[in-house]
Amino acid sequence: MDVSQYLEIFIDETEEHLQTLSDCIMELEKEPENMDTINEIFRAAHSLKGMAGTMGFKRMQRLTHDMENVFQEVRGEKIKVNSSMIDLLFKCLDAIEGYLNNVKASSDEGTEDNELIIKELNDFIADKEGIAAKPEQPKQEEKAEEQVGEKKYFEFDMSESEKSKIKEAEEKGSHVYGMTVYIQKECLLKAARAFLVFKAVEECGQILVYNPSSQEIEDEHFENDFSFYIASEEPLEKVLEAAKSVSEIEDVVGEEVTYAALAERQAQAEKAAAEAQEAKATAEAQAEKAAETSGVQAASQTETKPQPAKAQPANKKQAAAKPVTNRTVRVDIEKLDALMNQVSELIIAKNSLVSIGSADSGDFQSQSFHEQIESLERITTNLHESVMKVRMVPIESVVNKFPRMIRDLSRKLNKKMELYMTGEDTELDRTVVDQIGDPLQHLLRNSADHGLEDNETRLALGKPEVGSIFLNAFQEGNNVIIQVGDDGSGIDVAAVRNKAVERGVITEEQAESMSQKEIINLLFLPSFSMAKKVTDISGRGVGLDVVKSNIEALGGDVEVKTALGEGTTFTVRLPLTLAIIQALMVEIRDEKYAIALASIATIEEIPVKDIKYVEAQEVINLRGGVIPLVRLDQVLDIPPREEPESLTVVIVMKGDNMTGLVVDNLIGQQEIVIKSLGKYINNNKIISGATILGDGEVALILDVNTLM
Amino acid sequence: MANNNLEMVEKESKQYIVVMVGSEQYGIDISYIDNIVRMQKITRVPKAQPYFKGMINLRGEVVPVMSVRKKMGLEDDVFTNASRIIIIKLEESGSFGIIVDEVKGVVNLSDDEIDNISNKGKFINGIGKHGGELISLLEINSIVEENV
Repeated sequence: MDVSQYLEIFIDETEEHLQTLSDCIMELEKEPENMDTINEIFRAAHSLKGMAGTMGFKRMQRLTHDMENVFQEVRGEKIKVNSSMIDLLFKCLDAIEGYLNNVKASSDEGTEDNELIIKELNDFIADKEGIAAKPEQPKQEEKAEEQVGEKKYFEFDMSESEKSKIKEAEEKGSHVYGMTVYIQKECLLKAARAFLVFKAVEECGQILVYNPSSQEIEDEHFENDFSFYIASEEPLEKVLEAAKSVSEIEDVVGEEVTYAALAERQAQAEKAAAEAQEAKATAEAQAEKAAETSGVQAASQTETKPQPAKAQPANKKQAAAKPVTNRTVRVDIEKLDALMNQVSELIIAKNSLVSIGSADSGDFQSQSFHEQIESLERITTNLHESVMKVRMVPIESVVNKFPRMIRDLSRKLNKKMELYMTGEDTELDRTVVDQIGDPLQHLLRNSADHGLEDNETRLALGKPEVGSIFLNAFQEGNNVIIQVGDDGSGIDVAAVRNKAVERGVITEEQAESMSQKEIINLLFLPSFSMAKKVTDISGRGVGLDVVKSNIEALGGDVEVKTALGEGTTFTVRLPLTLAIIQALMVEIRDEKYAIALASIATIEEIPVKDIKYVEAQEVINLRGGVIPLVRLDQVLDIPPREEPESLTVVIVMKGDNMTGLVVDNLIGQQEIVIKSLGKYINNNKIISGATILGDGEVALILDVNTLM
Repeated sequence: MANNNLEMVEKESKQYIVVMVGSEQYGIDISYIDNIVRMQKITRVPKAQPYFKGMINLRGEVVPVMSVRKKMGLEDDVFTNASRIIIIKLEESGSFGIIVDEVKGVVNLSDDEIDNISNKGKFINGIGKHGGELISLLEINSIVEENV
């Protein structure tokens, strides 16, 4: 059967698990003893392994399996977390991400085996076994056994109750068989197969212990194999035969086991369980056990004992923890776009109704008609808002990967640094969030590499040794502001100026007359890299200009503030959403244009006689500032008109720069839905998009930035 | 599967919408056509290619409209009651409209009714013969191509 239909889910979930792992490992580095975190990591690694197995990505499965082994040891408190382990784990995550990227590109995991990492992982386990002395010895044997005989029923820890069940069954004179069932990899309804196997073997006897738990098996939380112990009067062959009779079963291995033979292993398992309970964080293990117990209860009524009481609270814990994950729905962004379009259409239709309604006010039914129109207006506005909200996602998904990045940078650059983030829950339109990652990453790298001094310099300057990098996000009106900065050396304006002159970007004379701000803005010019040496982190000449153009493509802008010796802050301003903006509608002859309200400073009536000329450019003098004028009719190829006595000028601003746009009339403020012009029409940059007005007419949106 | 069947049927005879541009009859493969709408207000886009008339609102979507006449180097369109905008949908690059003087109807042309003329025009990939009349079959992809 084909698994391609699950590929998307697989990719999404793998990304999610990788993020969880990354977060948790970061946390683990800070608190190596935190059992909650370790459990969380274990769960995520386990799910990853399971998913990779289901999809048939064997290399990925192998890597995650070995990674899980390490966590298992950590969870059993047999290995202590240390920094080389954290490094290795991050390497694993990168490798898994590599697989994932291959999967994304080609639906195949690729051929990289990552033997090295796997070896390192195994070395880790081996290492600790060397150090950790005797009690581990049998465990090692187990591992070996598992690899050779694949008898995974030895692999799992059994609880007291499970152990006692086996003993009891033995005392009753039944044979106890340990069995591991392998389901074919391409099998899709694994849970159903498992159920059929259980049903088949239960005709021969009673299943005593499940691994994974029956609950997990039911939920398909297992890979291609599961194990169980069964008490039966029948010979082993018959039980094996029964299990094998189920279709889509690859193989079944099993043998008779005795309580005595298990005792050694159980003693260990017991110890592990005791430790885990002591740590108290192993809610999962308890729940597992509980589930197992209840599963056994269902299967066989006879063997219940004091367990139910113990099982109850754990069960509840599990139940309370689970539903949280199921409260969201994944929706394709295209579907949201379609919904958005329909809502805008509805609003346009509503607007026409409103205009018809106001025209027919003499109608005898007008009273109730108007009431209905009003209620329709309310509903459409609410609907519109809801759809907009659905498109908003927190920037969390993007910024979450940064702590890890800074950690790596810190290692690579050999500088101590700490990233402080606030406002991760700030929401932006999905399309903006998808594209903001790269520019932010670039700015952070910039801060880490160029911004922060090395540790010795910092100490010499009397600054704290550990440099801080911060990322603050917050909403401000219709914009979201993201500040990325550091407490490093700041930008050396004189150095920038010299460099610019040296490279011929500006002349000596120009440099003289430039303000500090203008010089700093030179950094945003293409191929202007300030890195003194080229590293693989930054300084390859593609730099801030890319950041700037990326951010501008999203309708935002970026500013720099710096103080020599104190640090640099980049402020990225982004529109809350790309799909809808508040705009001022203006008229030039019979054409209507929209200007984003966010970029408008003021609107002025300017008498023609007040227009001055500077270098043959029309300017006006407004409250002490000289503002250049742009005649929109000329820029937009609209036939000229007779010059009136005074001009309506929309003053727009970008940063500290202002420009006056000359229009004929103002129509008013309106919320507009931005539509793309498509690929056919040449992008002339003056027009950033189109929108549909209430009467169904198309109006174009002016891109103020290109007019300045 | 469904697609294959469709193609097999189409091989035997394809449906074409017959339109008038100037004094000539043109056929447009019906599988490209999304919609045919009446003339409506077209919003001019400054600095666009001269043959692009502008944008229209097609059920809430903004769609560019081009003049085939201008693209072919004929005199500018004169809009009448019979003028229509044919909305063409191409898989990769989205929809666009072309202005025609009149829509005459739909014809079925089988392969042997189509002459694959050797001396193909820029925008034509064959001549269809139907009821004693000649229909120039438009090559849609070349119409949207730049630099033609």
